[in-house]
Amino acid sequence: MSVTEASHIGRPTNRVDGPLKVTGQARYAAEYPAPDLLYGYLVGSTIAAGRITAIHLDLARSVPGVVEIFTHENRGKAAWLDRSWRDEVAPPGHPFRPLHSERILFDGQPIALVVAETYEAARDAASLIHAEYETAEHCTELERKRSEAYVPPEKRSGIPPPPDPRGDAEQAFEEAPVKISRDYRVNAEHHNPMEMFGTTCVFEGEGRLTIYDKTQGSQNAQGYVTSVFGLKSKNVRVVNHYVGGAFGSGLRPQHQLFFAVMAAIELERSVRVSLTRAQMFHIGYRPDNFQTVSLAADREGRLQSIMHDVVAATSRYEDHQEVVVNWSGMMYHCDNVKLSYRLAKLDTATPCDMRAPGAAIGVTALECALDELSYEVGIDPLEIRRLNFASKDENTDKQFTSKALHACYSEGAAAFGWNERKPEPRSMRERQELIGWGVSTGMWDAFLQKAEARAKLSADGRLEVSTAASDIGTGTWTILTQIGADAFGIPLEDVTARIGDSTLPTSPVEGGSWTAASNGSAVQAACEAVKQTLFKHARKMANSPLAAAELEDVDVSKGRIFRRDDPGRSLTIVEVMHAADLQAIEETGKVGPSLLQMTKYVSYTHSAVFAEVRVDEDLGVVRVTRVVCAVAAGRILNPKTARSQILGGVVMGIGMALHEEGITDHRLGKIMNHNLAEYHIPAHADIEDIDVIFVDEHDDKVSPLGVKGIGEIGIVGTAAAVANAIFHATGKRVRDFPITIDKLIAA
Amino acid sequence: MLNVEQLRGPVDQSSKAGIPVSFVINGSRQELVIPPWITLLDLLREHLQLTGTKKGCDHGQCGACTVLIDGMRINSCLVLAVSRDGAEVTTIEGVAAGRDMHPLQSAFVEHDAFQCGYCTPGQICSAIGLLAEGRAHTRAEIREHMSGNLCRCGAYTNIADAIEHVMRQGAAAREAAE
Repeated sequence: MSVTEASHIGRPTNRVDGPLKVTGQARYAAEYPAPDLLYGYLVGSTIAAGRITAIHLDLARSVPGVVEIFTHENRGKAAWLDRSWRDEVAPPGHPFRPLHSERILFDGQPIALVVAETYEAARDAASLIHAEYETAEHCTELERKRSEAYVPPEKRSGIPPPPDPRGDAEQAFEEAPVKISRDYRVNAEHHNPMEMFGTTCVFEGEGRLTIYDKTQGSQNAQGYVTSVFGLKSKNVRVVNHYVGGAFGSGLRPQHQLFFAVMAAIELERSVRVSLTRAQMFHIGYRPDNFQTVSLAADREGRLQSIMHDVVAATSRYEDHQEVVVNWSGMMYHCDNVKLSYRLAKLDTATPCDMRAPGAAIGVTALECALDELSYEVGIDPLEIRRLNFASKDENTDKQFTSKALHACYSEGAAAFGWNERKPEPRSMRERQELIGWGVSTGMWDAFLQKAEARAKLSADGRLEVSTAASDIGTGTWTILTQIGADAFGIPLEDVTARIGDSTLPTSPVEGGSWTAASNGSAVQAACEAVKQTLFKHARKMANSPLAAAELEDVDVSKGRIFRRDDPGRSLTIVEVMHAADLQAIEETGKVGPSLLQMTKYVSYTHSAVFAEVRVDEDLGVVRVTRVVCAVAAGRILNPKTARSQILGGVVMGIGMALHEEGITDHRLGKIMNHNLAEYHIPAHADIEDIDVIFVDEHDDKVSPLGVKGIGEIGIVGTAAAVANAIFHATGKRVRDFPITIDKLIAA
Repeated sequence: MLNVEQLRGPVDQSSKAGIPVSFVINGSRQELVIPPWITLLDLLREHLQLTGTKKGCDHGQCGACTVLIDGMRINSCLVLAVSRDGAEVTTIEGVAAGRDMHPLQSAFVEHDAFQCGYCTPGQICSAIGLLAEGRAHTRAEIREHMSGNLCRCGAYTNIADAIEHVMRQGAAAREAAE
């Protein structure tokens, strides 16, 4: 049975969850009511390293309404072994255990949970808790730990270490006629989804918990809770129907999940714990990093040598790893490549994947360096990228399943008007504003992960598709509905998608841009299985018009199963189910990566980003006035929601380029700008025109649906395109992100 | 040395005793007795189950909690509920006319002016306030006057499209009427 002609897939359908979101009916984790709900409020440490010597609770306990205060001295029972605390995406190391002991590992580490009858009482009591500490020496400054950087001894699952060097990058660099070697840095960033982390743990009695958690993986959270608290899997259900953004911060269970569950178990009551915006800065973050990129070329601009060395921050207790430098070995053709990636331990919380982890910082440095090289060679920055196009992945010597990057370059350039660019820096201006145009390439993985789904077709023709996926704003509710509707040729209204619940078929965490390909393909597989069962029953019917047909001869649409070569020979779904005495047909579908294919092929999404900036010559104020992001991402299931993903990535990339920076006072080891006024994320006024182009890219290998995923690619390359545009406007290279006014004036 | 916390005495926040206030919330009158330290935001979310109004920072920095008080857009996290006794409060649950969505709600869906949806009620309430103020006539002015409402998903261009669409419709309707 082949795929029915698509009538919903590929259309710019409005989000099916849209009406709930614009009317305020979509419920997020901290919004579920529960009888006799208690409120928890966390207290954080005020030092970065050391231990608690005393914690004074009397005043807090005397606040009317306070039910209990948990500290390391009276916390509930939790697992002893490290491995019980490891969630699906945990890096190697010793996972953080809240209230485990008196030891302080990072600024803001939760040291107490106040539980009270009202939110206000819990908050007030929390302010009355006073801890005494014995401080230990701390270091939160990556620069000071750079010399102690090490290659992580244990690799993080799913994160390939840098490839072995190829050719002789040092010698090639020495011998090349044109070369540059530069240091870059992308300062620490914080995810700051608009919804703060929250958990409502409903104590159902008889040992059962229903947990509404802000997470990118209901099953990851469920596994963590059962393992940490030794609970039976059937007694713990985690729900995350709506997630108010996450960008990676919800991949691993956050503090509030542990605390809400622990308090609910100990007090045998329902408990809600939310982090405050300030506390959101004490969880994982995009790690600070130092990068050195050395590039050499011949006089025509052909790359002769690429070297990329990175030192990135991690915590004392875990080796958080990302793919930062590998991109530099596969984005362009080059015979001599040497890449290295090391970590340095700081007294902070463990960093956490943030939108396009690794690529967002590594590609930024590479693409800025390539821009610098193009000026050294004296060729157009777009031309040098085209010239060095890699037709295979030279890190692994495997073919790309598809790579329509040339189309991104040409369609993006045409839409942007790149041909009008004057190459000289400071050559374009309007009144007091210098105008600059920059370009960058982007690249991100196209993963297919193991996923399962269930499809249930009812006799009335309605379809339900379910998988424990999460929609963090990505459009998952909508695309799964579209896929289900197309499988049976029915309207979207007749399809109900069910996601965001740990009791549904197995799903990976929502991340890495793999949800559309993985869960989408699983839903499609489940629908195909339903069709097969339907056909089996149809063929068995007395005098069946499909008796002589084979599976591949028939199709299902608009409530009928019919012969494709003779649609008149058909049966209605109702007839088939009636004859088989069925109310519904329910089947599961599974997908996973093909190991055989992986021996020959790799899959990536590509992009070309073009940015225009206007820089006030006197004040150094930078405006990003235009961005064109041309993306090759295989089949686009929904151009409307897909476009939004790219827009969001570009906006966050502009934030990386110009605004975002977690600032730590290294004398105290404390984050100082832990609020949205001082940690600036792009606002309406910062964002002008963004144009998104999806170029045609057919890929029959990447995933059964031909989908690559588009959650991360929008951010990759955007910061570099902006930085390169700033150079073109001003003639100044600022290699320390974000490019704030002070740096630009001083450059 | 005593610190500030030690000088403070605990406040009875569980007390049922409070201050009587009256609001008209989404058209229905509410007589309430509430303690003076409850913000309008927490009152809506935790006591009246109007969770459409969102908490994004609790510091007046993100705009997710924007509601309309007597028609003016305001960050409800910065308002102590008792200080607005007698006010008429409109939240996202109350902006639609009966079963029909407000034109901005429909425009947000049509223009995909949100992703995760968490800032959305605040964006819509703020946009309703903005259009009522009559201050925005251009896209640049929309962007400027909507800058108190952050969207981390980065739906800004689509939000501006949605607001501009409704603004132009309103202008066209006024012209037609004249």
